[in-house]
Amino acid sequence: MTRSGVVGWALAAPALAVILVFFAVPVVIGLALSLTDFDLYALADLSTLRFVGLDNYARLLHTPLFWQAFGNTLYFVAVGVPVSIGLSLGAALLLHARVAKWQALFRTALFAPVVTTVVAVAVIWRYLLHTRYGLINQALGTLGIDPVDWLGNPHWSMPAIILFAAWKNFGYNMVILLAALQAVPRELYESARVDGAGSLRQFSDLTFPMLTPTLAMVGIMTLAGYFQLFAEPYVMTQGGPLRSTVSVLYFMYEEGFRWWNLGYASAVAFVLFLVIFAVSAALWRFDRDPAAGR
Amino acid sequence: MTPRLAVWVVNGLLAGLAAVSVFPLLWMLSVSFMPAGSASTLPTPLLPPAVTLDNFRTLFGGVGMGRYLFNSFAIAVLATAISVTFNVMAGYAFAKLRFRGRETLFRLLLGALVIPGQVAMLPLFLMLKPLGLINTYGGAIVPAMASVFGIFLVRQFARGIPDELLEAARIDGASELRIFLTIVVPLLGPVLATLAVFSFLGSWNDFMWPLIVLTDDALHTLPVALAGLSREHVQDSELMMAGSVVTVLPVLLLFLALQRQYMAGLMAGGVKG
Repeated sequence: MTRSGVVGWALAAPALAVILVFFAVPVVIGLALSLTDFDLYALADLSTLRFVGLDNYARLLHTPLFWQAFGNTLYFVAVGVPVSIGLSLGAALLLHARVAKWQALFRTALFAPVVTTVVAVAVIWRYLLHTRYGLINQALGTLGIDPVDWLGNPHWSMPAIILFAAWKNFGYNMVILLAALQAVPRELYESARVDGAGSLRQFSDLTFPMLTPTLAMVGIMTLAGYFQLFAEPYVMTQGGPLRSTVSVLYFMYEEGFRWWNLGYASAVAFVLFLVIFAVSAALWRFDRDPAAGR
Repeated sequence: MTPRLAVWVVNGLLAGLAAVSVFPLLWMLSVSFMPAGSASTLPTPLLPPAVTLDNFRTLFGGVGMGRYLFNSFAIAVLATAISVTFNVMAGYAFAKLRFRGRETLFRLLLGALVIPGQVAMLPLFLMLKPLGLINTYGGAIVPAMASVFGIFLVRQFARGIPDELLEAARIDGASELRIFLTIVVPLLGPVLATLAVFSFLGSWNDFMWPLIVLTDDALHTLPVALAGLSREHVQDSELMMAGSVVTVLPVLLLFLALQRQYMAGLMAGGVKG
C-alpha cells in the first residue's frame, strides 16, 4: 500500500470502528434478537434463550395495541408532515419576499424553537394546552370558543401533539427551503415578469418547479423523523388518554425497557425500519418519475 | 396587491409567526420567576405578580439540578470533543487520501443513513451491560462518538483544499500527520466549528438513549431529569418552567452566539445532501 493509503486508513479507522462496533454490529444483533424470545429471564441467565423464528413478528401482528400505536404514528406522520412542511414553505416564501424587512432577525426568531430541547419545550406546551389555565384556551375563549381538553380528550391529544411538533420543527426545513429559493436566479423572475406572468403564475410555473427536488428531500427526511415520534408523548401525555398517543417507538420502549421483552421489542424496531424504508423508497421513486405513481 | 399593502401583509405575517415562535420561550422565562401557584390563577398572568428566585433555589437546593446540569455538560463536551476529532480525521481521509476500499466504504456509510438509530438501541444496551458501561458517561457518549453526517460534512469541505498545497508539503518532506495537523486542520476551522455546534446541541438535547442507558438518578442528564420531574410535579408549573429554563437557556445562547456556523452546516448538509 502507498504511504497515503496507510495514513488514509489510519485516519478513517477510529470513526469507522465506532460506527461498526456501536451501530452496524448492534443492528445485526438486533435482527438476530428479534428472532429469539429474549426476556427478563434471559437477561439473568442466557441459557433460557430460545430461537423462535418469526414468532415475534407474528405475535406483533396480532397485538391490538401495536396496531393502535402504528395507526397513531401514521396519523402523526400523515397530518404532521404536510402541516410542518406547509408552514416551513410559507415562512420561507415570506422571508424570501422582496418586501420583507429585518430578514435576519425574523429568521433567527422563527428558527429558535428548533434548537431547544424537546423535553423542556414539551413541558411548556403542556401548560399552554392546560384546559383551565392554558393560554391557548384563553385565547380561543376571546373568540368565543369553549375550552378544549387538549391533552385529556383522545380526539384532541394527537392534534395537540402535531401542533406542538409543527411549532418545534418548521424552522429547520424553512432554512433549507430558503436556501433553495435564494439559489433561483433573479433574472428568471425578471424575464417572467417581462412575459407578463403575475405573482401566482411566477410561483406555479417557476418557483415551485425549481423547489420540487428540495421539497422532496425535505419531505422524505421529515417523514423518517416523524415516524420516530417518542419524547413528545412521553412527556406530554404518557401515551394517553386511552392510548391515543402511544407511538411505535413508545410501544417499543415500554416492551423493551419496562417489561424487558427485548426480543419482541427488537421485532418492533425492525418493523418500524421497514415501514420507514418502504414509504421513503416509494416517495423517492414517485419523485424521480411521477408517472410511476399513476 | 399594491406595493405598500404587500409590505404590510408580508411583514405583518412574519411578525405574527415570529411572535408565535418566541412567545412560549418568553412565557417560560416569565413563569420561572413567579411565586409558587401564581401561574394557576385566572386570568393566567403573563408577567410575574412578584419576581422571585425561589424556583431556582428549590431546583438547585432540593432537587439537585446542579448535578444534572453538570452531567449534561460533561456528556455533551466529551461527545463533541471525540466526535469532532474522529469525524474530521475520517472526512479528510475520504476526501483527499486514496486508500483501498474508500469508495465502497463511503457508499456503505451513506446507505447506513436510512437505518434509524433506535434499531441499534436495544442490542447496544445488551452489549454495553457486560462491559460495565451502563450507568456511565462512557455509555451515554458511545453512539455519538462518530457520525456519518459529520464525516460527510467534513468531506464536502475538505474536497475544496487544493491538491497542489498538499503535494508541495509532501515534496518538502512533511509527514502526513504534520500535513494533517498544520495545513488541513487550520483550513477546516469553519467546518470544525459547525460540527462542534451540531454535536453539542445533538448531545445536549438527546433524550431516548440517555433515558435508556442512565438509569441511576445521580447520572441523569437535564432532559431525562426534567421528564422525570414533570411526571412527579405535575402541579408545580413555576418549578417546572424554571427547570425548562435551565435546560433550554444554555443551548439557546450557544445557538445565538454561533448562529452563522450552525446555519452554514445546515445548508451544506441539507441542500447538497
